Amino acid sequence: MYGKKVKLRAFFILLIFLSAILTIFLVIKALEENVVYFKSPSEIKNLSELENKKIRVGGMVKKSSIKTNDSEINFIITDFKNEIVVSFEGSVPNLFEEGKGVVAEGFLKDRSYFKAVKILAKHDENYMPPEVNEILKDNK
Amino acid sequence: MINQIGNYSLFIALFASIFLLFQSSNVIRNKSKNLDGKIFSALSVQSLMVLISFFSLIFAFIVSDFSNETVYNNSHTTKPLFYKISGSWGNHEGSLLLWLLVLTIFLFIFFISSKKLLNKYRILTVLFQELIIIGFLLFILFTSNPFLHLFPIPKEGTGLNPILQDPALAIHPPILYLGYVGTSIIFSSALAALVCGMVNKIWAKHIKKWVVISWIFLTIGILLGSIWAYYELGWGGFWFWDPVENVSLMPWFCLTALFHTIIVLEKRNIYQSWTIILSIATFSLSMGGTFLVRSGILNSIHTFANDPSRGIFILCFLLVLVLLAIFIFFIFQKKLSNNLTKPFLASKETAIIVNNWFMMFFLSVVLVGTVYPIFLEVISGSKISVGPPFYQKLILPFLIPFLLFMAVGPKLKWIKDNLSKIKLNQIMLFILSIAISYFIVKFFRVSYLLILPLFALGFFLFFVTIKDFFSKNSTMSQKISHFGFSLFILSILFNGILAKEFSSNMKVGDERKYLNKIIKFENLKIVEKNNYKSLVANFKISDEKSSINLSPEVRIYNQPRTLTSEAAINSTIYSDNFLVFNVIKNDGYYNVRYQFKPLMMWIWFSIILISVGGILSYLKKNE
Repeated sequence: MYGKKVKLRAFFILLIFLSAILTIFLVIKALEENVVYFKSPSEIKNLSELENKKIRVGGMVKKSSIKTNDSEINFIITDFKNEIVVSFEGSVPNLFEEGKGVVAEGFLKDRSYFKAVKILAKHDENYMPPEVNEILKDNK
Repeated sequence: MINQIGNYSLFIALFASIFLLFQSSNVIRNKSKNLDGKIFSALSVQSLMVLISFFSLIFAFIVSDFSNETVYNNSHTTKPLFYKISGSWGNHEGSLLLWLLVLTIFLFIFFISSKKLLNKYRILTVLFQELIIIGFLLFILFTSNPFLHLFPIPKEGTGLNPILQDPALAIHPPILYLGYVGTSIIFSSALAALVCGMVNKIWAKHIKKWVVISWIFLTIGILLGSIWAYYELGWGGFWFWDPVENVSLMPWFCLTALFHTIIVLEKRNIYQSWTIILSIATFSLSMGGTFLVRSGILNSIHTFANDPSRGIFILCFLLVLVLLAIFIFFIFQKKLSNNLTKPFLASKETAIIVNNWFMMFFLSVVLVGTVYPIFLEVISGSKISVGPPFYQKLILPFLIPFLLFMAVGPKLKWIKDNLSKIKLNQIMLFILSIAISYFIVKFFRVSYLLILPLFALGFFLFFVTIKDFFSKNSTMSQKISHFGFSLFILSILFNGILAKEFSSNMKVGDERKYLNKIIKFENLKIVEKNNYKSLVANFKISDEKSSINLSPEVRIYNQPRTLTSEAAINSTIYSDNFLVFNVIKNDGYYNVRYQFKPLMMWIWFSIILISVGGILSYLKKNE
């Protein structure tokens, strides 16, 4: 028979192995559920079906498109090819301005209307989110 | 002039490095001449040169010498003196110079404070550390030189990003770097100890000081960054799972695991390989963190990104170091004395291994969440982000067993203990904790399932650690840190279930009702300051009993032209009232966010307590 030491070691190795598998399984499952995809207005236009999943939309805030009332901020995100109307209730960051880059996180209601739950902007006056930068480059 | 001094001293430091590399590699060929004197003088020269270079950069910032490109890009004459100084490390080039400075000075301190130890080990540590230093010197000199000359000399600089003009952020990078770079000493000395075959109690006792000191600085560095994000970025919380934050948390998990394991090595002379692996991993994560923050690869709200090629250099350099470390590990691993005494399931050793498992799990979760988006983008081109729910979902359930082990583990004895001696009063405490948390969940009508066990175990740990203050079975530093942690968990739990947030668009004079409170936008005035203009709003928040006034600001900086919001925070020991406002457009509406944050002070305070434990542990070692 195997000695006690070997048995104990085998037990530990098995335990480590099982917990590693469990970890990987949990991580992958959680990732699947919580990943937020980034789309441009043009990509949204071409979506084959609308899912009720949180996504991010990025582009420029169209010039003179911001409309404010007591509770909402409405504006248009454009990538200079296509646009999408965004409505948002909540607080905006410092650099949310017309003609500047913006990323909105929320849910698509249809292909031209987006209900945002969060607005992100970078704390740097020259900054453009890399995604937005690329989209703008592609479309120029 | 001052530029040249800085630049040339870096070159001298590079020569000193190369000299040290050759001298110290003599040890490998077993030419055991007495190298102490030579190495000591070369190290002094090197530290002095880097120090001179660093101070000449600070000097260039103070006198606003715009012939220096770094100063031109990051400073302005109207900036207050304090931020001129802190601006010298608030940018890419300067922050790397600071890294280098800490690298060399730490090595110097290591060398003079380890005289009692084996000479070969000390010189090998110098060798490995010099490899890192040379890498950084080359990196600084050839890709991010802080002393580049500008001609014609501009009259005015472009200014420092105003969000960095803040006291907490001025000292945040140096403190964080002391933690990061401290791990480089652990890395080098772990490899040296491995080669010399002295991964044992003596080494553990010696290197523990460095582990503790790095851990203290890393903890406080993270705390400062977190406080800064709370009030200056107006994020209104203590942790956002932003990639840049995560990157500092990963080495922290690793270092915390190492902190615990090194104690086992010191007391029981086991877990040698694991200690070495942790030492290597901690440093890799610290450097990887610098790489990710500086490269702009991370898609974060506040990466200070510029040039990806710089990132690639750090990445390749890191890869070489890690491969070298792994190579050395496999060659010399056989030297590790294999005194496998029978491990007992119920012992302090096992409890610490359990702690390490949890740390590694938390680390992997954060690592996956931070790095996965980068991988996916490279592989498939789709752009994603991983939000807070991912982390919460994976970390919160595992906190439950973690807290239980944390309450029980430290009570176990070394080598072997008996589980059957669980005392009646512990069971009483456990039942009491469950009762309290049941009451809390009912009273505040919390619907989240995990809150009940989390509260129960949080309170259990809290009571157990308080009770421990009256017993003698572990050190004071451990008691304070663990007590601090229980306080931390309880504060974030209360904060999580009781925090309230309200946002709205308001004009001057508007009133909003929120819960039982009335938020009134009373007035708005413009204040001219030296280097910015400020819109100061006045809000009154009142309920039946009391009212408070909050005056948040929006600052309009000219150099560079930037808007920043300064949150107004009313802190008491019970709760914070947090209010921040923002200009949307010139139509009279202002975007207002009000947050009620219970026990924020306690979150900060508990982290300070946790670090105090570390500080005590450090002081005790020095006796």
